Amino acid sequence: MTRVVARIIVTPKPVVNDPQGITVKQGLATLGFREVEDVRVGKYIEVSMEAESVHEARERVEAMCRQLLANHVIEDFHFEVDQVVRR
Amino acid sequence: MVFPGTWSDRDCGWVIDQVVGAQLQYLWHKDADLKGCDCVILPGGFAYGDYLRTGAIARFAPVMQEIGEFADRGGLVWGICNGFQILCEAGLLPGALIRNASLEYRCEWTHLSVERTDLAFTSQCVEREVIRVPISHGEGSYFAEPAVLSRLEQNGQVVFRYCDAGGRVVPGANPNGSLHNIAGIINKRGNVLGMMPHPERCAEPELGGADGLKLFRSVAGRGLKVLVS
Repeated sequence: MTRVVARIIVTPKPVVNDPQGITVKQGLATLGFREVEDVRVGKYIEVSMEAESVHEARERVEAMCRQLLANHVIEDFHFEVDQVVRR
Repeated sequence: MVFPGTWSDRDCGWVIDQVVGAQLQYLWHKDADLKGCDCVILPGGFAYGDYLRTGAIARFAPVMQEIGEFADRGGLVWGICNGFQILCEAGLLPGALIRNASLEYRCEWTHLSVERTDLAFTSQCVEREVIRVPISHGEGSYFAEPAVLSRLEQNGQVVFRYCDAGGRVVPGANPNGSLHNIAGIINKRGNVLGMMPHPERCAEPELGGADGLKLFRSVAGRGLKVLVS
């Protein structure tokens, strides 16, 4: 068994209106960051777990995202899985 | 239905028991039995704190499996506000409720155009009737992908739409950015209703309006035992 950590990012789908993102963009413009073209606000989820392999962990995390962590109607997700090396 | 974090259960219960005079039964989220009720109401609130997403955790409550099977058998299920969000997360209704376009929590009166009067929930209304019902939510903007939305429209599954006092469905009457001004939808079979506005908060004239009573009377008029789940 190996210990892994999955770092999952959930974002609103491009077709979903994101009023938070629009408001943050306006705030950035007010601060002088006028180069900002678009802002989307999502969420970050970290899952620590044991798995037979990184490959198996990826499959499990994918299932977690589909079944609970993201709502496929309104959200996209992507993630990275890294092995945790014990020192 | 009472989940940890539900807050409109007593308001619904009061209307059923004290105003309509129907038989009332409260059901706890851990119950595995619907106690013979004919209509299950999922009231407003913040079930399980609305952690992760609104309604996302409530769908795992033990009672939700029973409610799904009850709906499959044709039982009446009525989600109000947070209850609507839960029904969407549980897959009993299509689409999702997202953050209001204004980013504000909106607590105000709205007008609704009633587009279906052949349902158990709306039989006491007349077609295109405008009813006045308050909303109270931060995440009530209805979203569904275009294909789902057009299917809802084609099937006549939109039951309530935000409109102005004259019944016109216009952008200015939309309090939250819902697509097509949608305030409430029904499943294809016609037995699972989800709506963001709160009919239980306008069922007596003392509360500033009693239009919500028509919906409760529609259900109770069928001689049903109503369960606030």
